[in-house]
Amino acid sequence: MRAREGIRARIAIVVAVFGAMAAAAILLAPLVGSTPIRLTRVFDRSIPYADNVDAQVFFVARLPRVVAAAIAGSGLAVAGVVFQALLRNPLASPDTLGVASGATLGAMLVITFHLGFEVLGIGATPLAAFAGSAGALAIVYAIAAARRRGTSAMVLLLAGVALTNVLGAVERFIQIIADYTETLRNVRWMMGSLDVGGYTEIVASLVPLSIAFAVVLSLPRVLDLISVGADAAEARGVDVRRAERLALVGASLSTGAAVSLGGPLPFVGIIVPHIVRLLVGADHRLVLPASALFGAAFLIACDVVARTAFGAVEMPVGAVTAILGGPFFLWLLFRRLR
Amino acid sequence: MPAALEAAHATFSYHRDGARAVDDVSIAVPRGAIVGLLGPNGSGKTTLLRLLAGTLTASAGDIRVQGEPLPALSRREIARRIAVVPQDTHTAFDFSVIEIVLMGRYPHLGAFELEGAGDLTIARDALAATGMSALETRPFNALSGGEKQRVVIAGALAQRADILLLDEPTASLDLAFQLEITSLLAELNRARGVTMVVSTHDLNLAAALCTELVLLKGGRVLAHGPTEQVLDAAAVRSLYGVDADVVRHPRAGHLTVVPLARA
Repeated sequence: MRAREGIRARIAIVVAVFGAMAAAAILLAPLVGSTPIRLTRVFDRSIPYADNVDAQVFFVARLPRVVAAAIAGSGLAVAGVVFQALLRNPLASPDTLGVASGATLGAMLVITFHLGFEVLGIGATPLAAFAGSAGALAIVYAIAAARRRGTSAMVLLLAGVALTNVLGAVERFIQIIADYTETLRNVRWMMGSLDVGGYTEIVASLVPLSIAFAVVLSLPRVLDLISVGADAAEARGVDVRRAERLALVGASLSTGAAVSLGGPLPFVGIIVPHIVRLLVGADHRLVLPASALFGAAFLIACDVVARTAFGAVEMPVGAVTAILGGPFFLWLLFRRLR
Repeated sequence: MPAALEAAHATFSYHRDGARAVDDVSIAVPRGAIVGLLGPNGSGKTTLLRLLAGTLTASAGDIRVQGEPLPALSRREIARRIAVVPQDTHTAFDFSVIEIVLMGRYPHLGAFELEGAGDLTIARDALAATGMSALETRPFNALSGGEKQRVVIAGALAQRADILLLDEPTASLDLAFQLEITSLLAELNRARGVTMVVSTHDLNLAAALCTELVLLKGGRVLAHGPTEQVLDAAAVRSLYGVDADVVRHPRAGHLTVVPLARA
């Protein structure tokens, strides 16, 4: 995969292979569940929809959740790729930098206090999540920019830990002042849950996600150059400041879209880009589309595990990604420190 | 014919009203020359290189490339004329050697254009010129310091710029690699006519490689001229405060600097 074919062919192969993987996940995951259904019956046109129980279970009960997983997985994976390239650090991601916590706080405020507003077709929850992630990112970035040349991976990750804790404290305070049912909803959502219950939330998150992807997918080559050195990129004709701003807005938007749907799903933004890089190499023209598609498939798979691993008792999908991601993160850390 | 690269009264400070890192510097780099920038730490070598590369903009005075002022050119246009080799290059990701070199084609491609067969030929040619063809598919991060520097130089060559700016290109290399990179640069200058500006702390490298020297101290030009005329014991003393013998080495055929004591 890595060498011979030209870049054009490699992009086509990557999009086809990972696209097929994502499509398969979206079609097959809804088949898993307590009521068995068959794909052939779901798409059987001879049965009217009103009588087709399989189709109803597929489209009404299960597909929204699968699509939510696809969007959230995709958004977090893409944000992870962008952060890693800009900070030249494979441990950077929405959750390790505290950006996901910012998004969580924003979304939580909207959910708890029933704030309803809409700007340019973007709903309140994704919008607040975006504002939260952008705010957290501004703090992290100020730390990074303060000592631009010397900011080590450790400083940023520790800043992320501090930020996550401070924001977490505010989140818990809001839970305490909220009423009981809201708290239960919030807790479930903070653990990561993709049980969106319908297509409304999905549609609301699609706008910010589309904007984010449009922005980020215009930048892969620039990310390649910046990941080898900001000064060197500048000397090759890249407008580094402009590219960084665009990339950070894109990453905040896609983190916001993802978190507003599924809560802060830990480590998705680290695991997915890493597996993808092992498979396709470092070129962001391959890594970005592959991560967007593989992120979708990955989180769908995690959610199937969350739904089915313990029979009737459902695990929060955030617990699944955390259990997978924690050891993975440590492995990466030790590999880098070696 | 205008100089390849030229600074006229260039001045720059990193902080408003702060000390001038580069102070009223005027130099001309003739086509085909190898100009060495010498000076103690903090003398403004790197800042001057960044001004010449257009990645910093002079607060007063101007920089011209082939007679045209830098601000009149786009970043890409500048990059098609001037390539930069940083002191050392790290990447967190597993790019292959050829991928690193192909990044040099960036200023020649449109925003969404993918590099084609022609670009690959140019990149391979650059690898051949730096003796790195055999390592084309190897991961960049697995290379030694000297090999990495060669690959980065190949990337600069793939940029097809006439002017190469090198910031202490041998600083992190051992003796063998220092010699190797030095002779590579001399060869590229001779065979391809690449004009170079090289900042360095290595006086002997400067003496062996450079046709002209610019001595910088406190952001100002102390002296500028042909290596043979500029490099002497007085120059070394005023730059570094070090007593040194500067003699022509019989076998090397160029000046050599032997530091003796702090002056």
